[in-house]
Amino acid sequence: MDPRLAELRALIARHKWNDHLFARLGLVCTMIAVLMLFAAILDLFLDGYQRLDGTFLTSYPSRHPERAGILSSWVGSAVVMLVTMVSAVPLGVGAAIYLEEYADKNWLTNLIELNVTNLAGVPSIIYGLLALGLFVHMLGLGETILSAGLALALMILPMIIVATRESLRAVPVHIREAAYALGATRWRMISDHLLPYSMGGIMTGVIIGMARAIGETTPLITIGALTFIAFLPPPPITAEPPFLSVDWLMSPFTVLPIQMFNWISRPESAFHVNAAAAGVVLMIMTLLMNGFAIYLRYQIRKKIKW
Amino acid sequence: MSPIDAVHSAPIADTVVTPRFKRRLFRHVKERVIESILLLLALVAVATTVAIVAILVHESAGFFEEVSLREFLTGTVWSPLFENPRYGVLPLVSGTVTVAGIALAVALPLGTITAIYLSEFAPHWVRETVKPILELLEAVPGVVFGYFALLLLTPLLQDTLLPGLPGFNMLAPALVIGVMIVPYVASVSEDAMRAVPMSMREGSYAMGATRLQTAVRVVTPAATSGIVAAYVLAASRAVGETMVVAIAAGLQPNFTFNPMEQAATITAYIVQVSQGDLPHGSLGYQSIFAVGLTLALMTLGFNIAGHWLRKRFREVY
Repeated sequence: MDPRLAELRALIARHKWNDHLFARLGLVCTMIAVLMLFAAILDLFLDGYQRLDGTFLTSYPSRHPERAGILSSWVGSAVVMLVTMVSAVPLGVGAAIYLEEYADKNWLTNLIELNVTNLAGVPSIIYGLLALGLFVHMLGLGETILSAGLALALMILPMIIVATRESLRAVPVHIREAAYALGATRWRMISDHLLPYSMGGIMTGVIIGMARAIGETTPLITIGALTFIAFLPPPPITAEPPFLSVDWLMSPFTVLPIQMFNWISRPESAFHVNAAAAGVVLMIMTLLMNGFAIYLRYQIRKKIKW
Repeated sequence: MSPIDAVHSAPIADTVVTPRFKRRLFRHVKERVIESILLLLALVAVATTVAIVAILVHESAGFFEEVSLREFLTGTVWSPLFENPRYGVLPLVSGTVTVAGIALAVALPLGTITAIYLSEFAPHWVRETVKPILELLEAVPGVVFGYFALLLLTPLLQDTLLPGLPGFNMLAPALVIGVMIVPYVASVSEDAMRAVPMSMREGSYAMGATRLQTAVRVVTPAATSGIVAAYVLAASRAVGETMVVAIAAGLQPNFTFNPMEQAATITAYIVQVSQGDLPHGSLGYQSIFAVGLTLALMTLGFNIAGHWLRKRFREVY
């Protein structure tokens, strides 16, 4: 055989081998991240499953690890999430509609867009300091559920804006044109057509943002989310008129990740078991929310054919 | 001038005010009101940035009246909560830099290779399976990974590779943070790579290049600006990550770059102070804003560098 041909074949074989090798390397690198996720979840579950029962969910924290539970913290998480959602969704969706449908190309639009991009990269502890300085002290809201919900709302705002803009952009122009052709005003077109069609995408973004917020401890630690809370916020419905009360907004609180952090920080390993159990509950909530978002996105991608 | 504006600006006295005109006027006003409200909502983003800067500067102004900038920037002891307080920020910076450096040394190569693999090599089904899992990884709470670093990874390292490793150390949390931010690097880089036009790959293949050669010499250079953006994001995450270090690295400020020791980062110090009950307005209270400002300036520095690099490497097709 011609030696040059042999050389060429060897070269080709070597290159093919390199390709093959890199494909393997890539798979391994990808798997490292995935494996750590599974290892973390498995570790939590193995450490904490023995504490997972009804009484764990319905007991207050306690000095005795075997009697301590997460009632006040999961209720706290739920109400803080409620405040976050009620404030972040209108803000984020409204801002996104403005940027996508109304904004002209001018300095103001550029400024807003630059800020949204930058806020997405601001470390969450900075939001905590913002909340401490602004909500707790300057506005005098105190170390309450309201301050906490607003802090998390500001934190997930960029995520919701970006997700909403993407799903608005995905609605084809001819839908807009058809609505205008029938005499709709801009807001009519948005509220009757754009929003319903992009609802799925917006929901996906909101759920992913909320999943991030529910596990976020940092911005809440700075505003003094207490860890030993052996009571629930006052109920929103009261026996006397006017029957509705907003006192719960002004209640001190704790949330699941902070309760977990507190238990990890203790030296006794019995509390570490509690921390693991709280972590399992937290992970289940995060996984469910993300799973739902992924399912929703999959459904949208499958269904929508413009 | 739109027809609606024409109606609006017509001299009212000459026009008979018909119900139709009233309806149009009402509609016009309503549209304008809605637009203004939406603009206000969008301006919240700007207001947030302004508020962050204002709060950090305002609260740390009091701190810098008491502590000279020189002592703050060059002092090597940070002990604001002790009897004899010293305010040198270098120990916190060294902790932050060490942790972030190791985390990035893990995350950047892993993330880039993952991105190249997912974008250029992986079969469709692998990509469709891995991407949601990576997204999930982004959502895992920091406390969970802190637990993992403190109670699984550190004992594991002690038992196997590093018998002398203390229970609190910077290595384990830094490694965990490294893997934690792989998804950020991978997903942003992968988007940039997939945006590179197919024709460039085809050109490369037509010249006889292999997949790997195309990926490394054609696609990656073309996607550099996006990859840089991913690196900047990862760097901000690495210095800003809080819970993992607060749990697993110890809370003792320590002027060292040795990852085998325990040390506090800027973020961990803020957590430590917040857990106590410092009165509003005290120097200790103000110190968390001063170090927070330092952290914000660090991430701002990354962002400016990233902006400049992105411009420098921007490729237009």
